[in-house]
Amino acid sequence: MSYQHIEFSIDKGVAVLTFNRPDKLNSFNQVMHKEVREVLKKISADSHIRCLLITAKGNGFCAGQDLSERKYDPDAAPINLGDSIEKNYNPLIRLIRSLQLPVICAVNGVAAGAGANIALACDIVLASTKASFIQAFCKIGLVPDSGGTWTLPRAVGMPRAMALALLGDKITAEQAEQWGMIWKTYPPNELYDEAMKMAVNLSEQPTLGLALIKKALQSSTQNTLDQQLDLERDLQTLAGQSRDYQEGVTAFMEKRKPKFLGH
Amino acid sequence: MMNKESNEDILVSNVDDGVLTITLNRPKAYNALRNNALQEIVNELEKVENDNNIKVVIITGGKKVFAAGADIKEMAQLNVVGLLNDIRPVFWRKIAAFPKPIIAVVNGFALGAGCELMMHCDIVIVGDNAQIGQPEINLGIMPGLGGTQRLLRTVGKSMAMQMVLSGEFINAEQAKNFGLVSEVTLPELSYSRALTLAKVIAQKSPIAVRIAKESLLNAYETTLEAGLASERKAFTLLAATEDRAEGIAAFMEKRKPVFQGQ
Repeated sequence: MSYQHIEFSIDKGVAVLTFNRPDKLNSFNQVMHKEVREVLKKISADSHIRCLLITAKGNGFCAGQDLSERKYDPDAAPINLGDSIEKNYNPLIRLIRSLQLPVICAVNGVAAGAGANIALACDIVLASTKASFIQAFCKIGLVPDSGGTWTLPRAVGMPRAMALALLGDKITAEQAEQWGMIWKTYPPNELYDEAMKMAVNLSEQPTLGLALIKKALQSSTQNTLDQQLDLERDLQTLAGQSRDYQEGVTAFMEKRKPKFLGH
Repeated sequence: MMNKESNEDILVSNVDDGVLTITLNRPKAYNALRNNALQEIVNELEKVENDNNIKVVIITGGKKVFAAGADIKEMAQLNVVGLLNDIRPVFWRKIAAFPKPIIAVVNGFALGAGCELMMHCDIVIVGDNAQIGQPEINLGIMPGLGGTQRLLRTVGKSMAMQMVLSGEFINAEQAKNFGLVSEVTLPELSYSRALTLAKVIAQKSPIAVRIAKESLLNAYETTLEAGLASERKAFTLLAATEDRAEGIAAFMEKRKPVFQGQ
């Protein structure tokens, strides 16, 4: 299956989704949205895939919405951006966050607008030291979308989130790393290999257990401590029934390397 | 012990401790409730209605979908006369009249007739993936199996109107907030939670459970005064049972009661 604006490959348990519109800084148009959605649905239905790596071609990671697709016409009735969010960006973010496997994002260059927030929706964000993050929305009179107003304050705290969103300043990957907004930075020529190494490693881990960890952490931001304790109990009940837990304990007792199957 | 029987649309299993589980099992059709499915459910309920070993029934569709509606093809074949003589309301009345508690375990879609089946049950436990709705309006029709009645009595007028007129679904958390369901769990745990609850109920006096269920449902049918009066009669009626004597004696003696259903 070939795509116009993305590349997609599956090798053993690792799926790699690469934004591939480098001349437009990988900004999203309708076709690209459709292709990404298709791929994410395919991943969520395929239990053999145990890690997803999202990255991009060229100098940029993703510049968010392709503005040339939304030509401004002063004579026409104003377009309803909410519709595009509801149809394209919200399902994308929901799909990424609901995947039952770890999602790594390797940010190879500038991540602007929705592009920055798509990266922040992933579980582990790695970035090239040349990469940068910009909440560009405020510069054209818009509000951060694609979950940015939700992920940012949780990632960097309200004071920094406010300043980033209101000023629209570009921050470097290194700054983002220092703030805890992303996990790690690598020199540009090492980023992909390091991300792939991490993806391969994660694809051999107890995937169900990892999915339950994600669920626990994602839920924690809405739950009270009591609710979260109950949830931990329930998730642990499920994890404890998994084949990988048995294997993990057995391998530990037998002092050998466990072989996890992901369920 | 599991004891599977041969049905086309449902699986039936007897669990120890007096709980019968009916699992809707036509995943290709998202468990759409064609007549045969209803017939099979009713058959199973009739079989256990007078079986003292079965105290509680659980109806579920599995981890992914409860039931996504009625069988549209079957319904489309009926004209006005066909609908007038439709067998389906007979099935639904039998489900509604089943005297023992029914717990619905709802994961994924409970839509149209699926939502109505869920509302025929006495207690509803849902997975957090539940999507509940009455989308009949999208087909130019409307709920015809209690959807407008039970929904309004449960979630109130505005939400019932919103769901029935727009056809839009609500999620598990909304359903809980509106009192349509009593608990939200992880989809993988919803059945075991219901089973635990069913076993608790199965330990109670079957007569008391039956009369209490009847009294609760009677609240939909009558005024508060009449409801209170009939509740009091039902309460008094239980004084004639051995189970009541046993229940009170066990409480006084600080031991577990052993109910005989007498």
